[in-house]
Parts: sequence; C-alpha cells; structure tokens
Amino acid sequence: MNATKTFSLTLIFLPISQLLASTKDLDFFDRTLRFFSFNDYSVQVVVLGVIFMGIGCGLMGGLVVTRRLSLFSDTLSHAVLPGIVIGFILGGFKSSFVVIIGAMVAGFLGVTLISSITKYTKIRLDSALGLVLSGFYAMGVCFLTRIQKLEFGNQSGIDRYIFGQIAGISSTDLYTIVISGVLILAIIILFYKELLVTGFDSNFAHSIGLPVEFIQYIFWMLLAFTVITSLQIVGVILVSALLIIPAATASIITQNMKTLLLWSSLFAVVSGIIGAYLSFLGNSLPTGPIIVLCSCCIFIIILFLHWKNGLLLKWYRLRGKEKKIAVENTLKAVYQELEVQRFSKDLILISDLAKRRRVSVPEVCQEIIPLIEQELAFVKESSNPKLRGENKIALSPKGWSEACRIIRNHRLWELYLTNEVQYQADHVHDDAEKIEHILGDELVRKLEKILSNPTKDPHGKLIPSQQDIKRGYMHIQ
Amino acid sequence: MKHKSPLPLEIHDLTISYEDKPVLYGIDLKISDGVLVGIIGPNGAGKSTLIQAIMGMVKPLGGWVKIFGQKEKKAYLRVGYIPQKESVDWSFPVSVLDVVLMGRYGHAGWLRRISKKDRSIAYECLEKVNMHSFADRQIGKLSGGQQQRVFLARALAQESDLYLMDEPFAGVDAVTENATIELLRELKNKGKTLIVVHHDLSNAKEYFDEIILLNMRLIAHGPVKEVYTKELLQKTYGGRLTVFTEIADQSTKR
Repeated sequence: MNATKTFSLTLIFLPISQLLASTKDLDFFDRTLRFFSFNDYSVQVVVLGVIFMGIGCGLMGGLVVTRRLSLFSDTLSHAVLPGIVIGFILGGFKSSFVVIIGAMVAGFLGVTLISSITKYTKIRLDSALGLVLSGFYAMGVCFLTRIQKLEFGNQSGIDRYIFGQIAGISSTDLYTIVISGVLILAIIILFYKELLVTGFDSNFAHSIGLPVEFIQYIFWMLLAFTVITSLQIVGVILVSALLIIPAATASIITQNMKTLLLWSSLFAVVSGIIGAYLSFLGNSLPTGPIIVLCSCCIFIIILFLHWKNGLLLKWYRLRGKEKKIAVENTLKAVYQELEVQRFSKDLILISDLAKRRRVSVPEVCQEIIPLIEQELAFVKESSNPKLRGENKIALSPKGWSEACRIIRNHRLWELYLTNEVQYQADHVHDDAEKIEHILGDELVRKLEKILSNPTKDPHGKLIPSQQDIKRGYMHIQ
Repeated sequence: MKHKSPLPLEIHDLTISYEDKPVLYGIDLKISDGVLVGIIGPNGAGKSTLIQAIMGMVKPLGGWVKIFGQKEKKAYLRVGYIPQKESVDWSFPVSVLDVVLMGRYGHAGWLRRISKKDRSIAYECLEKVNMHSFADRQIGKLSGGQQQRVFLARALAQESDLYLMDEPFAGVDAVTENATIELLRELKNKGKTLIVVHHDLSNAKEYFDEIILLNMRLIAHGPVKEVYTKELLQKTYGGRLTVFTEIADQSTKR
C-alpha cells in the first residue's frame, strides 16, 4: 500500500520538479537515474542521511506530539540559532563539530531558562516558550547579520544551517546523524514502557518509583540532540516542522503509540527521500523547505483521503446520510397525506404533498425524484402535462414499508419521551424528527418492549404495526 | 512487648506548603491493616495533597511518612495509586489494556519486557471491573465511569497491600460506584488497606470503616461511629480558622 503511495507521490512531483529544476530533459533523466541507482557516493551520503534523520525525527516527533510539546520543540529549534553562529565564528567558519557544540550549549541554556521561568515566576509555560523562542532567535539574527558583513561572510556557508543544504554534508556529519537516529531508536525500544507511562500519567509513573523528572530531562536532551543533528539537512527554522508534521499525520491514522511511532518515522523518511531527490535535481534548491513541503503534502493527502478518517470520506458519508434523511422525510409526508385521507385512496396529489412539505410544486417534484429512482414510489401523470401539481403519486410496497417504519420510529420515540422520560407532549416532536432517522432495529425492539407494543402515539395517532410494515399498502384496505 | 509487624501507614507531624502557602499542618496518622478509610473535607482542605505526600510526590516542609515501616521510596511496590481522573491526558494514544498493563510496570522493572503472566494478570483485572470487552479501545473513547473502572483495574494489577485513591467516585455513574465499593470491600477482606479521598458526605457513613476528617490539619480520625458526628463535621466544614491560616501563612513566608 505504501509503495503505491510513494509511487503516486513521485508522479505528482515529477512535473513540479521539472519546473523547479529548470534543466533540460536529458539532464533531468540523467540525474534521476543517478539518484535512484544509488551508486554515487554523494547520493549515498544524502539518502542515508535523510533516512536516519527521518527515523530520529519521526520517533521523537511522535513522542513530542502525543505529549503536547510541539511548541516546545519549536522553541528549542529557534533557541539554538545564536549558538550556531557563535560556534561558527569560534570554529573558524569550518568545523561543524564546534557548531554542534555551540548549538547544544544554546539549546541547553534555552531549556534551563524555560524550566526556571515556569518554576520561579508566575509566567505560564506557553508564554515562557514564546519568550525564549523570540529572544534567542532575535539574538541569533543579530549575530548573523554581523557575520554577513564580514568579508567572507557570504561564502561562509552559514546559510546551510538556516535553510538546510543536504549536498553539503560530510561523512562526519553523516555519522552524527546515523548515531543520533540509532540512539533514539534504541532508547525508545529499551525504555518504551517508561516513556509511555510518563507521557500518559506522570503522577502514576511517580507512584511506581520512576524518576519522572530525570526521564523528562533525558527526553529534552534527546530532543535537543535530534534538532541539532537534523539542522544541516532541514535548517534551524524548519526542524520543528519535521518533528511535528509526520507525527501529526500519523495521529490521523492510528491511536496506538507503537503504530503511531512507526508511521510517523515512515512519513518522515519518505518526505526526506523525496525532498532530497528534488533538491538533488534542482542542484541548489534549499533542502529543508522542500522536505517540509513534501511532509505537508503527505499530511494533506492523508487528511483528506485516508480510508477511515479522511475528511473527504467523512464528507461523502455525511452527504449520503443527508440524502437518506431527505428521502425519508418525503416518504413520511406521503404517508401522513394518506393518513389524512384515512387510507381511502392510494394516490395523492402532488400539490397536496407540496403543501404538507411546505414547499412549492417544482421543489416537491425535485424531492420525489430519488424516491422514483429507488422505486419507493411512482407517479401517475394527469391529462394536462403542464399542471404538474395535478399529477398523483403512490407508494410502491417497498416505499410503503419504508414509510411505515419511519413513522413507527417517530411515534414510538415520541411515546417513549412522554411516557418514560416525562417530556411534555408538545415538546417531543422536534426531537423525534431527528431520532427517527437514526433508530436502529435493535433500539426499536427495546422501545417496543419498554412500551409493551403500543398502538397509539401521544397525539392519539395510530402507530403503524409490524404487520402493516410487512403487508404492503395495497392490502390494507 | 510482643513484636508487631509495622503499620501500613504512619505519618508524623507532616507539614506541606505550596509556594509559601501551607496546605497541611502537623498531620499525625496511624492506619492499621485491613481497613477501608475515607478522607473527607471541604475543597482545598489538602486531601489530594495528603495522598501525594504519602506517595512522596510533594516534598514535606517537615515531618515524615512511613509505609510498612519503610520510607515511601522503598515501599512503592507495596503501594497502589489511583490519581484524579483530571490529571491525565485522555487523548493519549494508549488502549485500555495498555493502561492496565502499566500496573505491572513496577513489578517488571527497568529494561524488562512485559511478560505473558503480566498480560494475563492485567486481563483478569479488566474482567473484575467488567471492562474486558473494551481491552483494545482507545482510552479516550470511554465514558467517565468506564475510565475510572480502568484506573481501578490498573490499581488491582499492581497487587499492592496499601491503596491510595484520589476521588475514585468523582463523576461516576451509580453502577460503577456500586461495583467499585464492592471491589474495595473485597480487597479489604483480603487484608489490604485502602485510603480513599471522598467528596460525598451523604454516603461516606455506609462506605467506610474509618474516617479521616481533614481541613488543612487533622480534625479527627477514627471509626465512623465516633467521628461521623455533627460537631466534628461542623468543625471540618464550618469555615476556615482564619487566625490559624493567617499565622501559618506568615510563618512559612519568612
């Protein structure tokens, strides 16, 4: 199933990538071949990089999103910026190791600041997060402009930490990414229980002797580690997007932690690979935004098209229900009209039906179309085809039993409300209007039992019996 | 003197404060084996805080707690806990069975996986609260009473000797309430000790063997007959002792 998804995604992206790449067709195919044949050393580094980054980000993202810490990861990714710039200067504009150390220090400071603000002041967590996020980020931007004013600033390559540039990663960078991915995977497997219980119910976790605060601290450190190692691929600002989006997508699909983590990392890996590929085609396109856009696309696709929880299907089902309700209401009106005539005739005037439905004749003609299509009713045309109100409508046996069923539901419910729930008789109708469409057979049996098979509703009207429903209209007379 | 096994719970001169405001003041308690105890008091009396202090979740300003003669950190395997329902994120992606299995985590320990035996114990506990047919349901898709029953099953799975329950009857339907009290009595008859925070005065008399009346300090503790009296209840609910709280406030502010 997923293979086809990936494939269709590639199909969607191919034309776009061509536009983005603005290269000749030959070059495009050449590069595609180079990317997917996986022979090229630089391609190998890139693909391995996004795979392990995807695993790390997807897993951590799953934990972050379920713990409602999305904003926290966002803050962390912004807070590392000043650390990166300072690391960049101290490392002589070359060493990515010093940059990572700088980012770690800044991230650590940010986390400590947040926790002390919430602990020692009355400021709440969301405000503290916003405060640290903007403060650190502003500091980072100031440093950044200083660097770019220096002579070699523009060639320094600090851009790749801001927007991510996968082509630039070295094998040392790859090692840190792989180590971080494997480390996260190992920790989550080994301490799955502990992470689950602290995330769900920290009070209980405490009561069974778990060091809750220590686990939380380790969790934050892991998160910082993930953010920092992913920086070179997706960049400072968008790192949190890669944590949040795949996990949010996975949470549409499942409500089980293990499956959620699995899907989340899968989505992160897939969008990483597609993003890397597109970035590879376009040569100098920033990798980060493209990867994030890919994960957004996956999110949108799942949000609308997922077979169980997709919005499109929900909307479709809702439409189906609305149509069914409209049909049932028209059937009911036909029955009521027959009832007014004491079932003396089996044909009623369309104009009478329109009056009962409180709509115009053309409108009622629209309403009965689905009835005729579903063979619930048929129309007998009058001699003058122009006067549609003179046409007559009759129920088919199927339509008759449907109408009886719906009327029975309505009246049984009204009776239940008045007799058992002690509603006032004039209050029950509107409620029954809604309930009649959703009462299942099982509930109807229950109502019959409670009300001991009644024959009349609270307004004194006859409730159609099971026999009436089975018999079909023609035999009632 | 004869050697006696240590009491399930002993508290001596326990004082607790939140942000310079004392919540509990000089609590002394001794609870013996095999009793069902209700903690009763008005809102803000420190009932939950007392439970959390026994579990070692809040650090006391003074005094100590001993569980079966040991410090609370050493005795956690012998203590089962039901937190307040509101303290949990019900949209968290865990199933009913997952939650009950958490009751076995303490027995499994670090780095150890949940065994088959743990699973069958968890399942049995779910059956006891009549929730086994919901085992795979996501925890948020249950009614309030059902959620509380899952918490009860988790506590049962802990197989503890002392149970601390924070408002297990809050927001619960009558069926669940009756089933819960039945289960609690059954546990008591097996010699377990149960301490339950309770908010409903009207049925406290029938539910418990002993009652603790609490309002920032211990008003009374004893068998229902002796403690459930008009005077003592009035003392518990009849407004705060203003001078007492003021002085207590100032003393902790330094």
